[in-house]
Amino acid sequence: MRLKGIKVPHKKNTADCAPERIPVPKQVTIPMSMHIGRPAKLIVKRGDEVKVGQKIAEADGYISAPIHSGVSGKVQKIEEMMTAMGFKVPMAVIETDGLQEVSPEVKPPDVHDLTSFVEAVRESGSVGLGGAGFPTFVKFSINGDLSVVKAVVINAAECEPYITSDTRTLIDRADEVFEGIELLKKYLLGKRFIIGIENNKPEAIAKAQELAAKTEGVEVKVLPAMYPQGGEKVLVYNTVGKMIPKGGLPLDVGVVVINVTTLAFIANYIKTGMPLVEKCLTVDGSAVKEPKNLIAPIGTSIADVLEAAGGCKAEPAKVLYGGPMMGIAVPDLSAPIMKNTNAIVAMDEKEAKPPKTTACINCGACLNHCPLRLDPRAIARAYKLDAAEDLQTLCVDLCMECGCCSYVCPAKRHLVQTNKLAKAKLREYLAKQKAEKEGAK
Amino acid sequence: MNKMISSVSPHFHQPRTTRTIMLDVIIALAPAVIASVIFFGLRSLLVIVDCVAVAIAAEWGFEKLCKKENTVGDLSAVVTGLILALNLPVDIPLWQAALGSLIAIVVVKQLFGGIGQNFANPAATARIVLLTAFSGTMTSWAVPKAFEMLPDTTTGATPLTLMAKGDTANLPSYLDMFLGNTGGCLGETSALALVLGGCYLLARRVITWHTPVAFIGTVALMSLVCGKDVLAQVLSGGLIIAAFFMATDYSSTPATKWGKVIFGVGCGLITILIRFWGNFPEGVSFSLLIMNILTPYIDKLTRAKPLVGEVDE
Repeated sequence: MRLKGIKVPHKKNTADCAPERIPVPKQVTIPMSMHIGRPAKLIVKRGDEVKVGQKIAEADGYISAPIHSGVSGKVQKIEEMMTAMGFKVPMAVIETDGLQEVSPEVKPPDVHDLTSFVEAVRESGSVGLGGAGFPTFVKFSINGDLSVVKAVVINAAECEPYITSDTRTLIDRADEVFEGIELLKKYLLGKRFIIGIENNKPEAIAKAQELAAKTEGVEVKVLPAMYPQGGEKVLVYNTVGKMIPKGGLPLDVGVVVINVTTLAFIANYIKTGMPLVEKCLTVDGSAVKEPKNLIAPIGTSIADVLEAAGGCKAEPAKVLYGGPMMGIAVPDLSAPIMKNTNAIVAMDEKEAKPPKTTACINCGACLNHCPLRLDPRAIARAYKLDAAEDLQTLCVDLCMECGCCSYVCPAKRHLVQTNKLAKAKLREYLAKQKAEKEGAK
Repeated sequence: MNKMISSVSPHFHQPRTTRTIMLDVIIALAPAVIASVIFFGLRSLLVIVDCVAVAIAAEWGFEKLCKKENTVGDLSAVVTGLILALNLPVDIPLWQAALGSLIAIVVVKQLFGGIGQNFANPAATARIVLLTAFSGTMTSWAVPKAFEMLPDTTTGATPLTLMAKGDTANLPSYLDMFLGNTGGCLGETSALALVLGGCYLLARRVITWHTPVAFIGTVALMSLVCGKDVLAQVLSGGLIIAAFFMATDYSSTPATKWGKVIFGVGCGLITILIRFWGNFPEGVSFSLLIMNILTPYIDKLTRAKPLVGEVDE
């Protein structure tokens, strides 16, 4: 049995575009929070010279990630700025000198066992490049028995419309993906590797299958192009047949999930020592003149990236970090490319115009398309009635915000938005309940 | 710099809207409308126009009066008027038909909060109100006019009334019942036209097969068990129009697959109870109304368990 999902338009216009490196931008703005967890702590100050690959911020706490500069130049200023996610973080603004001198810090790490491998991955600044931005090393930090890892699922599903950057990784950097697999075999003692990929990427599938045939323990699982195939829970279920428990991690069902581009990056880092300082991203959307895949230093402004894609053929009315299903709308074009940005989608007015919301007609399309079998209709009702207990029974905290419900809703209701609000309400309720319980003791 | 649109994901939506769904239902009812004109003459068109016009006017008027957003554009009032008209006899006085439309829109739909909020099917409820209030005109069945010349046209009774009286000798042929050449309401007699429309709705995925199959299947099975004429029971009365067009109404029926099956089976059982042992020859509308009331419970009972996952022990 497969989980439910929806058919979305693919729009993979850039699948044949090999990534091009953009000219070094005049200035980059690097936010200290490009990952899940605590923002990184800056270690450079105004006026400091930085080089490519130089660490500019340290990880703060366990779930955090260091940040490196992708350009050579001078730190012009450091200031608190609002991110598109809606909170303020310090950002380092670096004026580039265009020389792109590589820092002497960049050298291949000394890796000989799992501990040193995990440490190296941590130092690389690697986070989940598929979009979530979860620090990668945490996934490999397994204390004790490595036999709990039954399978490693490599996520190359790329189910969002427009985005082809992971597809390009498999086409252009398949060798590095398989070097990454060898690393995980060596240090994580992984025996079974599954590359999960949607069937609308024939070239990438062919490349993966060709290399998988030569490698022991690797299978390429071709999945139907059904959104959200690349969602972690969905992919794990559709590849190894197990459901990650609520609030749990893939490791709870014996699986490590890693994005294909993240894996290729790690292989490259272990080889060269060049940390995560640039990103390959798809630039597409109805407002973009020449949709293509571009490689840009982290911190490059969206305006510079769009410029490199031939500029805009229409005034962009909405610009997204990521794809149209889960992407985040940016407030303006000065917003920087971040570690987890895999696409910039710029929509013209027609594509961007939100549809008119009408009354719920109770058709049930939302609950009949939810991959996790939630009932968004009932959740919306419970949220409106302020019924936190009901929200708990309806398991709203399970929602992964994939957007299937909103996509299929004929009344165009903001179901994902309501789910997000309902999740916050439930969190608040549970915290209050916990506090009361503790008070009673 | 121009202000950019900021909205919550997803930023893509499927093209289907409430309006396109309602348009699909109207298209699916077109064969039944054509059949009604063929079998009952042009007056059927008059009844249809009357019901639809009043439904639209009632929706517009009520919303105007209550200063609510005008929803005539979503075409749901047109669908309600159309289905109600198809559930009336051709000779019904126009003012009675209009009253039915008014009740369907204002009392059953708008007073409960408008589209999506009504717990009962507006057309079915209005039909029941008319049947109780004007039982004379609501049960005087015209003889189909199209095939007047043919020797086997029925008299002024519906096949169900005949069967209820035990008068099986005068039953029309199965072919006539399938085509619609029998006495009855405007849109309920032609099984062919209704099934055509139903198949269109299935193909367009506006409805699923669960309710119609469960509803019609239960009636067929129970007729067989009770030793009645299965084909005649299925082809006569309002069964097919109800199974495809009324028991699939979104607001007043369950949204889950198993809920739809339970709803269909329940409607089938109640229909059979009334037809075989009740006072009325037909029980489809009542079965709909009773099952409508149970819908929230069926929905809750059949709600899928969220995939919370299991931990390997």
